[in-house]
Amino acid sequence: MKFEFPNWVEYGLIPFLNLVTAFLVAGLVVLIVGENPLDAAYFMVRGAFGYGGGIGYTLFYATNFIFTGLSVAVAIHCGLFNIGSEGQAYIGGIGVATACLALDRYIPWYFTFPMAIAGAAIFGAAWALIPALLQAKRGSHIVITTIMFNFIASALMVYLLRDVFKPEKTQNLETRTFETGGQIPKLDWVFELFGTGLQGAPLNYSFVLALVCCFLVWLLIWRTKLGFDIRTMGTSPSAAQYAGINQTKVIVIAMLISGAMAGMMAINPIMGDQARMAEGFPGGAGFVGIAVALMGRNHPIGIILAAILFGALWQGGADLAFDMPNITRDIIVVIQGLVILFAGALDHVYRPFLAKLFENKTDNATSNLAGEDT
Amino acid sequence: MSKKSTVKSRERIIAARNKSIVGDTLSSAIKLNGISKSFGHVHANKDIDLDVKKGTIHGIIGENGAGKSTLMSILYGFYQADSGTIEIGGEVQKIKDSQAAIKAGIGMVHQHFMLVENFTVLENIILGAEGGSILNKATNNAREELARLEKEYALEVDPNAVIEDLPVGLQQRVEILKALYRGAEILILDEPTGVLTPAEADHLFRILGQLKDQGKTIVMITHKLREIMAITDDVSVMRRGKIVATRKTADTNVEELAELMVGRSVLLNVEKKKSKVGDVKLSIENLTVKDSRGVIMVDNVSLKVHAGEIVGIAGVAGNGQSELLKVISGISKAKSGRVILDGKPIGVMGKADPRKLRERGLAHVPEDRHHMGLVLPFEESENSILGYQNNTEYLNGPFLNMDAIRADADEKIEQYDIRPPSSKLKTANFSGGNQQKIVLAREMERDPVVLIIGQPTRGVDVGAIEFIHKRIIEMRDAGKAILLVSVELDEIRSLADRVLVMFAGRIVGERDPSASEGELGLLMAGIEDKPVDDDVIEAKTLENGETKK
Repeated sequence: MKFEFPNWVEYGLIPFLNLVTAFLVAGLVVLIVGENPLDAAYFMVRGAFGYGGGIGYTLFYATNFIFTGLSVAVAIHCGLFNIGSEGQAYIGGIGVATACLALDRYIPWYFTFPMAIAGAAIFGAAWALIPALLQAKRGSHIVITTIMFNFIASALMVYLLRDVFKPEKTQNLETRTFETGGQIPKLDWVFELFGTGLQGAPLNYSFVLALVCCFLVWLLIWRTKLGFDIRTMGTSPSAAQYAGINQTKVIVIAMLISGAMAGMMAINPIMGDQARMAEGFPGGAGFVGIAVALMGRNHPIGIILAAILFGALWQGGADLAFDMPNITRDIIVVIQGLVILFAGALDHVYRPFLAKLFENKTDNATSNLAGEDT
Repeated sequence: MSKKSTVKSRERIIAARNKSIVGDTLSSAIKLNGISKSFGHVHANKDIDLDVKKGTIHGIIGENGAGKSTLMSILYGFYQADSGTIEIGGEVQKIKDSQAAIKAGIGMVHQHFMLVENFTVLENIILGAEGGSILNKATNNAREELARLEKEYALEVDPNAVIEDLPVGLQQRVEILKALYRGAEILILDEPTGVLTPAEADHLFRILGQLKDQGKTIVMITHKLREIMAITDDVSVMRRGKIVATRKTADTNVEELAELMVGRSVLLNVEKKKSKVGDVKLSIENLTVKDSRGVIMVDNVSLKVHAGEIVGIAGVAGNGQSELLKVISGISKAKSGRVILDGKPIGVMGKADPRKLRERGLAHVPEDRHHMGLVLPFEESENSILGYQNNTEYLNGPFLNMDAIRADADEKIEQYDIRPPSSKLKTANFSGGNQQKIVLAREMERDPVVLIIGQPTRGVDVGAIEFIHKRIIEMRDAGKAILLVSVELDEIRSLADRVLVMFAGRIVGERDPSASEGELGLLMAGIEDKPVDDDVIEAKTLENGETKK
């Protein structure tokens, strides 16, 4: 029987303990490299939150992670483990790039933006469609199919960038740089309200779009009939069957939404930062999304917080590597990996212990409530 | 297994054989004293005393969920008892895991075999008892030992055959050999005939007889009365986590055991007037249902339910009632036959859709509220619309109309006295009785034409039982056609206007609810009033009696 924790433990204490453990182990790594872990922590926090540019970068990375986190979460609510957000985001880039390349010379960015959103969502969703159909109609496991689709996406994008999108004269696998009509403005003005600038950080209106998507996902999952069906399906397929929910349809729709969310991640780096689509732009954000969704307990608010945490790790890590030359980029990757490991994969480390601790307490509480049989 | 332990197990076997030759049949092989085990608030086993004599076959019989499997899991070390002691061969033993159980000489043959499908028989038998990292020696030793065991107990099976190529009967034999290879003196068999054909079951019984003659002690769990009568020396009946009786098999009979199994629950006196029967609202014609293995679960069943009457289906669990309910409610498909709801047929062979059936006035209170009737992590209000979430009154376009849903849920909470009265509480936090009321309120307040109800009061406290029974009668008096399935005979007798008894997938008789418990009990055990070839029933029992839940 799975033990059920009080909310503050489930959503507060357990993520906190996981995080502390991750940082303790990361501290050991820093010690081994020969640096002071406390100093390292200081540099990292300062790098992520200490100045306008740091915050800007943290939130820029967080934007990517919010999109992919939402993507993973929507699928999980339907009982599906979508490992393919990375590939869906990558393919989503086609939609963004196409919209920008076609329109950037003719219309201002705020007209290109909705087209890019639609393109990203459509291409991301399309990339999730085949695994979804295979799962719903043939029972092929979504984990296997989506992970394989990541590789296909990667190969396909290299081909497209080389043979379709790349202008003749460049050597890099990337599109031409978009004109201003294909560039989302930065959020400088917000930071200037606080007396600091973005100092070159690429934080842009995609962040606002990410927050809007959080609200829409919340609305979808908890306030629509479709969300009701998705959650019923994800929590109890037998009850879904009893309730007459069309399982094939719900699986496919949930995966399409999941893919669309992942696809929209492409907007942030392509249209919001580099003004071009380059090879490998998702940079693993799809996989970080899994940890973000897990740590954020598949709730938009949790996903925002977890995404900011991981954004801080990415940005703080970059600054740390700069401030402490002994700590190379690779060590940063190790630290980021540890956090993902403890927050995601090893989420269950403390559960048995905590379950014992809380069992007696809640036993009394619920038995008053529930009577003899549950 | 090393040579040494092979020798040891052989010594143990010889020692046991000597004992049985001495005629030491009165000493206990297993003695359980006051074993209790709960899972959360559910008492799976309550203060169980059990004495299994050496060299006998001891049957443990009871309904699904009576606690048989939990008890055996405690004996085999899967669970730890909360209190009580276990004596094996006269010594108190702590069985903390299955290793300890094997050491104490207990072998288990699970209902679902624990075999590696693509390993050979020999590899499966030495699995976990390899006795070193070099397999060669172990396999040679095992081959020898296996040959001896096969000869001694007539358990022929090709050691080089791959498990997945063997029929289930032989796979089960491998499980038995596995236990014997580990030196088991006591064999526990959990529903051993569930997956066997009648011929395979016969063969199994012969093997068990031989094992008994060799001095082994056998504990067999089953819910099939005929098997108990056919093979056991003693029988213990379990009900609701307790052992309610232990009998010498020779001194008891099928009727007594059936009655003990079903039990007399609380005295239920439901006031009801004579029913005013109207038109036929639900008609089932020659319905046959097969499970995924192709075994017939519902066998050519026909019945009619009129407006204003309750038709009760009595029977021991696993005789096709669940499958019948699932087909009528559109959840699973039938092989052949027709179901006519309110004058129009429903596509039982493929097109039936639970949602459409609901719209046509079929309400369904499922047997298993935890897995079907409710989504336990959902809020109460969400469960009170489950299955009706497409109804316009709960929706604002694509959005859920939270105010309407809450108001509706609160109204039902008040009407059905659901406690605690909070539509925002997680459904898992309600007691069984209140959970059942959530389902009943949802299904009954729809003003259905036909109401089908499975196990309305399973796991429900006494107070709620009375309330639920009253509501069911009220529904009848309001002119609904009600099909009621329950394994509680008293419930059927006090609620139903007509009682149909189901056995081995067939309706074996119709009685007035005033028929005596003994008479219904006989029917439930498959003994029909018309003289029927006994072998046919036996074959049916073995073929179909298995529960599919």
